[in-house]
Amino acid sequence: MTAPTTHGATTHAGGNEHSHDQDHGHEHAHGHELPFWRKYIFSVDHKMIGLQYGLTALVFLLVGFSLMMLMRWQLAYPGRPLGWVGKLLGENAMPGGVMAPEFYNQLGAMHGTIMVFMGIVPLAVGAFGNYVVPLQIGAPDMAFPRLNMASYWAFLPGGLLMIYSFFMPGGAAQSGWTNYPPLSVLTQVPGQTMWLFAMVLLITSSLLGSINFIVTIVQLRAKGLGFWRLPFFVHAQFVTSFLLLLAFPPLEAAAVLQLMDRLAGTSFFLPTGLVVSGEQLKVAGGGSPLLWQHLFWFLAHPEVYVLILPAMGIVAEVIANNTRKPLWGYRLLVYSVIFLGFMSFVVWAHHMFMTGMGTTMSTFFQTTTMIISIPSVIILTCFLMSLYGGAIRFTTPMLFATAFLPMFAIGGLTGLPLGLTASDIYLHDTFYVIGHFHYVVAPGTIFALFAGIYYWYPKATGKQMDPTLGKIHFWLSFLCMNGIFMPMFFQGMAGLSRRLYDPTIYAHGRAIQSLNVVISWSAWGLFLAQLPFIWNFFSSLARARAVENPWSATTLEWAAPSPPTHGNFPTPPVVYREPYEYSVPGQTSDFHPQFAGEA
Amino acid sequence: MAEASPYAADALIPHTVEPHPVTGIPNGKLGIWLFLASEVMLFGALFSTYVVIRTTAPHWPPEGGLSSEILNVPLATVNTAVLITSSITMVLSWASLKMQNLPRFRLWLGSTIALAFVFLVIKYFEYTHKFELGHYPSHDNFYAVYFTLTGLHGVHVIGGIIVNTFLLTAGSRMWATEPERWCSWPCSVSRRSRSG
Amino acid sequence: MDETKYGFWLPVDVSSHGAQIDNLMAVVHWFMLLLFVGWGIFFVYCLVKFRARPGHVATYNPVKAVFTKYIEAAVVVVEVFLLFGLSTPVWFKYKGRPASEKDAVVVQLVAEQFAWNFHYAGKDGKFGKSSTATMSGDNPLGLDPDDPAGKDDITTVNQFHVPVNKDVIVELSSKDVIHSFNIPVLRVKQDAIPGTRIPVWFHATQPGHFELACAQLCGLGHYRMRADVLIDTPEDYAKWEKENAPTPSEEQPPTAQQPAK
Repeated sequence: MTAPTTHGATTHAGGNEHSHDQDHGHEHAHGHELPFWRKYIFSVDHKMIGLQYGLTALVFLLVGFSLMMLMRWQLAYPGRPLGWVGKLLGENAMPGGVMAPEFYNQLGAMHGTIMVFMGIVPLAVGAFGNYVVPLQIGAPDMAFPRLNMASYWAFLPGGLLMIYSFFMPGGAAQSGWTNYPPLSVLTQVPGQTMWLFAMVLLITSSLLGSINFIVTIVQLRAKGLGFWRLPFFVHAQFVTSFLLLLAFPPLEAAAVLQLMDRLAGTSFFLPTGLVVSGEQLKVAGGGSPLLWQHLFWFLAHPEVYVLILPAMGIVAEVIANNTRKPLWGYRLLVYSVIFLGFMSFVVWAHHMFMTGMGTTMSTFFQTTTMIISIPSVIILTCFLMSLYGGAIRFTTPMLFATAFLPMFAIGGLTGLPLGLTASDIYLHDTFYVIGHFHYVVAPGTIFALFAGIYYWYPKATGKQMDPTLGKIHFWLSFLCMNGIFMPMFFQGMAGLSRRLYDPTIYAHGRAIQSLNVVISWSAWGLFLAQLPFIWNFFSSLARARAVENPWSATTLEWAAPSPPTHGNFPTPPVVYREPYEYSVPGQTSDFHPQFAGEA
Repeated sequence: MAEASPYAADALIPHTVEPHPVTGIPNGKLGIWLFLASEVMLFGALFSTYVVIRTTAPHWPPEGGLSSEILNVPLATVNTAVLITSSITMVLSWASLKMQNLPRFRLWLGSTIALAFVFLVIKYFEYTHKFELGHYPSHDNFYAVYFTLTGLHGVHVIGGIIVNTFLLTAGSRMWATEPERWCSWPCSVSRRSRSG
Repeated sequence: MDETKYGFWLPVDVSSHGAQIDNLMAVVHWFMLLLFVGWGIFFVYCLVKFRARPGHVATYNPVKAVFTKYIEAAVVVVEVFLLFGLSTPVWFKYKGRPASEKDAVVVQLVAEQFAWNFHYAGKDGKFGKSSTATMSGDNPLGLDPDDPAGKDDITTVNQFHVPVNKDVIVELSSKDVIHSFNIPVLRVKQDAIPGTRIPVWFHATQPGHFELACAQLCGLGHYRMRADVLIDTPEDYAKWEKENAPTPSEEQPPTAQQPAK
């Protein structure tokens, strides 16, 4: 993605040649090139930082996916040795080629952690937010460019340390991605400490980023760009940033407290009277294991919306552009995401119905959970209604965006029985839960992110990705995603608990073991389905230059050259109208950009 | 090419110096407010932890007695006074900049940093006294809360020392290069003559 | 164990409150299916009808859609019904206590990595004193050997005998990490949290041999933290109680019965 710009050298921060009256994004660039490390490594340009986030997150997504593919072998064929892969991973992880239960737990914990905190959040917020938001609001950069660089450079070491923990003695964290104490405190491997340490870095990175996004969106909008003229994607990122800003600090606090428990011997999360392997545990006691769960889910429920809101933003952009008509219910959509953001702070304990909470508290939380489903239904309805009356172009991004709708619908609807306490008694901690949230984030969010990559690739590189490979990628992924996650609902209904190294121990597990084989082969198929994408992603750099606004889009990012030079816009853009003025009656072309003055 | 000002990159960005016409503040101020909101959530979570642990304990402090007998009340009172005074000196240093008086700014900011050190030194004596008695964070949850919360606060004080020392030394070069930004708009711009 | 009782959907239900949960589950899933199919039909219709093709242009003005408001209102109404009509009643019943606690069988259950320690009061109906302070490898429940009330107590490991057609209260605790007491056929699930004792009750309606699974990740042996659930006829239960009652000559509290496998 770091294609050489065709607009000559882009430069910044070079020295005192900058002054207020200078025309920064001018085609004829300034006379000198930045050194390599300032341009590609310690860059302060939001576009380069966005690309860094994007590429790093895609690599981490592949890593997290690989861990899952390993787990799927053990689940499909429990206890069967895994040939040369087993040998490669060594005797500690896979003695005799058969996966050890500890290693399975490490893979599970790290798959969740990597996908959520190092894959999707950095890609949805760090990459798309960074690259697209300043362009869509007509800003020359983020409000605090060096802070922006700092958030990437807190993210990268956090991610690398997390991966490194696999190579530490005893391996990586193995108490689930939720890291519940006392298990997480009592697990005596340094990888468990490293998990907390890396999380502090990742959280800090998101915090710095969220401050930057909010300030940028509030302060740096172009002339004429009122809040009701912002593209929906920007609204989604704005709400997301508030969620990150207010939800992440409690987890940071919780991580610090758990670090104290592990390193300084405190008992924040350890109650009195623990007996481990027949020995009295020598700690002061007096803490509460549930305290961690409250602090964790106070973050992690808003986090769910951090994963989904940017995805909805991307889908809105792609749908409006490819139906060639304005979004249906634009204001309703905006009110809905704001309401979702508020509500996401008061539903967290629905993850904890089985912890013995009283009926008052559980009634409150199941009621708020039902309430939060209403704006989600409204958002989905608006997207569906947006299709009505359109002239739908089935481009690659549009395929992914349309597929998002039914996939997100399945993910959202299956949340209902989990949010109702009575049915949650049965479904809690079963594969039904896994199916539910994966439908939201995998064929949901990840499809939306793919849509975003295909949609904005021409913006970042000036080239179009190959549409045929794109369609192959889409249809294979669509098939495999459903092959993976649909059977999980049946496994969950059959009562199969999650996080089981060997489900065939149980009679109800043996009954649905055939589904595990289907799921595993679909997962490996999903990997093959990504190969055309990876090839397309890199080989398209060599394609011929695309036209300036290849999608005939109306939003501001297409007013800048592709890729945008430093400072983004040759002249500060002015906004004249709403974001999605497609097929306006009486216009000669079917799109009327926000930035085009009245003729 | 010599980099005269490391902040030149920001010159591209609107409202780095002059306030936004609608919000009435520059970017940096909004950013700091948001940062403070996140700090409220951070310490909110820590104090909630304290409340939960204290209210569920059969006795507080767990080993018996009274908190006031365990902690050194006179020293802590002095430290509270030191903290409050340092926030006064901090505001005075800001006001001095608004009045374009760089020497006085340096005086007050220097006092703030000095008070921060005084705070840490007093805290050091409090901590070492506890350690001499063998009271480490692992002793019981009273000490766990005490050391963790005051320790994190200490980290914030150290962070403040670092940032303020930068503003006092290398950072104050901005007085010459970007005076409007340095004294935080709006302040009168006839400051060249007072350049420190 | 009867493998035919398990399949691709809910397993057999042998509890008194389970039918209500299964009923809720069925209603929710029909509601979900209805919404999804409705949306799906509209979705596919739009994709076909409004596909880009020569001579077709998009409509700029938004359609006035009254029926979407009706659908949303209907969703709200159905959710209120699910919440207060179906979910809350069974939840309150489940979280409450059985009608007559006197007649209920009370079992104390202490979970540990990776086993379930069951403690029955025995003939006298009184539990011997137990404490985490005296727990050890030989005495997993921390029983007080000097307490006369504990002389006739029955303890088992990974063998959960309960009588059919009787209220059973399980007092759940854990000695190390969080576990979760999960018996799918009884529609019962409750986390066992160290430092707390949480009661959970059920009323089995059929005898049979089922299983208890740990539902909360508790370490490397989580997957094999399984117990046999034996719902006995009253005669079988009495017989089991008699056979397992400690003989009077025994001075130590009864040693744990070994698991079947």
